[in-house]
Amino acid sequence: MAVLTMSFKPTLPLLITAFVSLLAGCNEGNKLSLSERSIIYCSEGSPETFNPQLSTSGTTTDATSKQLYNSLIVYEGNNNTLGPSLAKSWHVTRDGKKITFYLRQDVHFHQTSYFTPTRFLNADDVLFSFNRIVDKNHAYHQVSGGQYPFFQSAKFAELIEKIEKINDYTIRFILKRNDSSFLANLATDYAVILSAEYGEKLLNKGTPHKIDILPIGTGPFKFKDYRVGSLIRFYRHDSYWQGPAKIEQLVFDITLSKTSRLTKLLAKECDVSSYPIAHAKIAERTDLILESITSLNVGYFGFNTKKEPFNNKLVRQAISLAINKQAIINTVYHSQAARAKSILPETSWAYDSETPELGYDPIRAKSLLAIAGYAQGFTMDLWAMPVQRAYNPNALTMAKLIQADLKKIGVKVKIVSYEWSTFLRRLSLGEHQSFLLGWNADTPEPDNFFTPMLSCSASETGNNRTFWCNKEFDQLLQEALKTTNMKQRKRYYAQAMVIINEEMPLLPIAHSKRYQARGTDVVGDILSNFGGISFYQAAKINTNNKAPTIENPDMVNKVSN
Amino acid sequence: MLIFTLRRISLFIFTMLVLTLLSFSLSFLFPGDTVINHSGQINATASELAQLNKAYQMDKSIVNQYGAYLTHILNGDLGQSMASQSPISNEIIELLPATIELSLVALLIAMTVGIPLGFIAAIKHNKTSDHVILSLAMLGYSIPVFWLGLLAILVFSIGLGWLPSAGKISLLFEIEFITGIQFIDILLSDSPYKWQAFSNASAHIILPACVIALAPATIFIRLSRAAMIEVLATSYIRAARAKGLSFQQIIFRHAIRNALIKIIRHVGLQFANLVTIAMVTEVIFSWPGIGRWLIESIYQRDYTAIQGGLLVLSCFIFIIHILTDFIYAALNPLARGNKHGS
Repeated sequence: MAVLTMSFKPTLPLLITAFVSLLAGCNEGNKLSLSERSIIYCSEGSPETFNPQLSTSGTTTDATSKQLYNSLIVYEGNNNTLGPSLAKSWHVTRDGKKITFYLRQDVHFHQTSYFTPTRFLNADDVLFSFNRIVDKNHAYHQVSGGQYPFFQSAKFAELIEKIEKINDYTIRFILKRNDSSFLANLATDYAVILSAEYGEKLLNKGTPHKIDILPIGTGPFKFKDYRVGSLIRFYRHDSYWQGPAKIEQLVFDITLSKTSRLTKLLAKECDVSSYPIAHAKIAERTDLILESITSLNVGYFGFNTKKEPFNNKLVRQAISLAINKQAIINTVYHSQAARAKSILPETSWAYDSETPELGYDPIRAKSLLAIAGYAQGFTMDLWAMPVQRAYNPNALTMAKLIQADLKKIGVKVKIVSYEWSTFLRRLSLGEHQSFLLGWNADTPEPDNFFTPMLSCSASETGNNRTFWCNKEFDQLLQEALKTTNMKQRKRYYAQAMVIINEEMPLLPIAHSKRYQARGTDVVGDILSNFGGISFYQAAKINTNNKAPTIENPDMVNKVSN
Repeated sequence: MLIFTLRRISLFIFTMLVLTLLSFSLSFLFPGDTVINHSGQINATASELAQLNKAYQMDKSIVNQYGAYLTHILNGDLGQSMASQSPISNEIIELLPATIELSLVALLIAMTVGIPLGFIAAIKHNKTSDHVILSLAMLGYSIPVFWLGLLAILVFSIGLGWLPSAGKISLLFEIEFITGIQFIDILLSDSPYKWQAFSNASAHIILPACVIALAPATIFIRLSRAAMIEVLATSYIRAARAKGLSFQQIIFRHAIRNALIKIIRHVGLQFANLVTIAMVTEVIFSWPGIGRWLIESIYQRDYTAIQGGLLVLSCFIFIIHILTDFIYAALNPLARGNKHGS
């Protein structure tokens, strides 16, 4: 009996406290400390993988790149200059063909329940990460499908002659030709460094595929737990080389529905929400902040040029002419976007102000259709993506507007939508006739708009869902990469845009801002101009004027960039 | 009692046979290849497909096919989800407890609120409080659950900020999956934040459980009111009154007990109703239960999951029915002699 009473003693008051705090309506005391040390982010979708090398989807990059990994170099500052990251410095030879990176010597990999690193990051890890992509005989090349869409569209395998390890902390890339976008590509969210030691360990165990499911990187957070379609949990990487992050736990609450995200934000169930709706409602609340950044992106209406009737250029032009882009921008983007004249945003340095734009002209559209042999019109399907992205906050509404526009020229539109991963899978199989999608730039490099979206190599790897392949256009892109003369490059890109305008594999609709909402107690930059979000700088401040229950690690001095 | 039990078990077996026959035929009625609908393996290679065809005996007569299908189900193999490609039985084991938990809490709320109110209405038969309770019950019964759910979120989560609107528990708490019943798992876990997690989970369950409880509660009001009126009119109550027992003695010692027995019979019936309401509510409150999963499967045309989910859910409701029948029979010896099921 004595034993019984002893075991019950501590629980009973706790039980009462629990219920009292429950009755009080919110959770005081220690809960505050737990939520103060953590951030819940309402994200818009599930990542396809935990290795950004394998994907170009923004949802995947947001969830993985800057949380779990680092790349050799990064973009920094307002001028978007290249700066050091895992490589503390680098050197490019005069002909631009040899690039040498000098690595930091104090970079720890994540220590998790499934892997304990025994050494610092070194040249072997860099070799491993890039050889996996470019070397078809690499033990890991075929793991998880062997598709590296970003690198394949940038033709990395053909570009890189050899990657040499000079010593443990020096590595050299030898290129076959000069490529002015190479460094920019290495600074993207996709060019992350994996652990060679972890790869070897998994290979010995016979479970190589785990490298992309249970990730190990050098980033500010380490992977804890993932439940498909529900949540991703990260813990702080305490020995992060730039100093530990300010929060201990980061949870991605995967909330597909945009209204649910808004509800969770308003009910304080998430601290930060991706792609919020009801901007006015958020702006009028004093406890929430709506932020936006100008991101280089384009939302477009693409045509499957391999399928009837869109294999006919005239039909593509006619459909493009029939769409009232301004109305779409007013409705779908709430006038918060710039009308796209071509795929390159006007804010890019390579944009040529002379670029022609196919306007809105339903009468000409009808006559073009007649010339093409579709005077009676036809029926087509239009695939609208099910998720919100910065470049397209509401594809379904956009699809309905397009449907109405096309009805005027006698074209009947059937709107199709699938769950996001199914949608992308079926798109890459080419089952669609036309589709609404977009592209977010990973770098300020103009090539990032052309090659991954419309080049022939991208049409093979499935990133170019128009399956349009134009030799002349590809040639121009190649030429533009060979030169470092900005004026010359600008001229090449202007010519490329004229070809797009004539051929119309896709109709660019808008360049928009990326929005995010957060509680006022969350501070620190999360959005960046290029690529994915980062929670490294994010922290919670105490808005209730209570003494913080845990000291925040002072890391101002340690942060190098 | 033995005959009673056997009768229930045979009824159970035959109902399950009919249900499996239904879900089996669904594979033929859904678009796509039958064997793929059975197994959910949409990415199967040619050799895997041949193996599947063999396993489901697709080359033999329809009776053999049904037999093979039944064998798979009895082995716990419901195929795999077309959407996530993970075994459906695993998904159901993870999700069903959450639905059971929510439904049980809702049932508890419905009973603790509904039955006493019904009794009060019966005791004050044809007085103002009776009319008020009955009109409230009518009102509560007429409110559509999806509207009420949204309204509750609007008022209590967004407006007042008292209660959370989505999920079982704040995602910050890591509770290991043991039984699937959140509250038990929390108590079993060794998390340092155990009691915060417990109160957080309680706060999460209040809104959805109350929303689900409303309609059954109103039915319990009417049931218990009718049962009580009936009991109060019986001769033994009149006899008790004539003996000079006090009002409280009559109600608490005689009337309530006898009225409750009549209500217990309906609990099983109400549970089916409650699970249906819970499915809609799970969607509104993002409750990670089987109802939401099933509705998502319908949206994603995940035929294998629809079949498996329907089968398990109807089986579960049937078991609850039988259980309440047993409880009723245990409490009321008269019911055991009943010749024709119920």
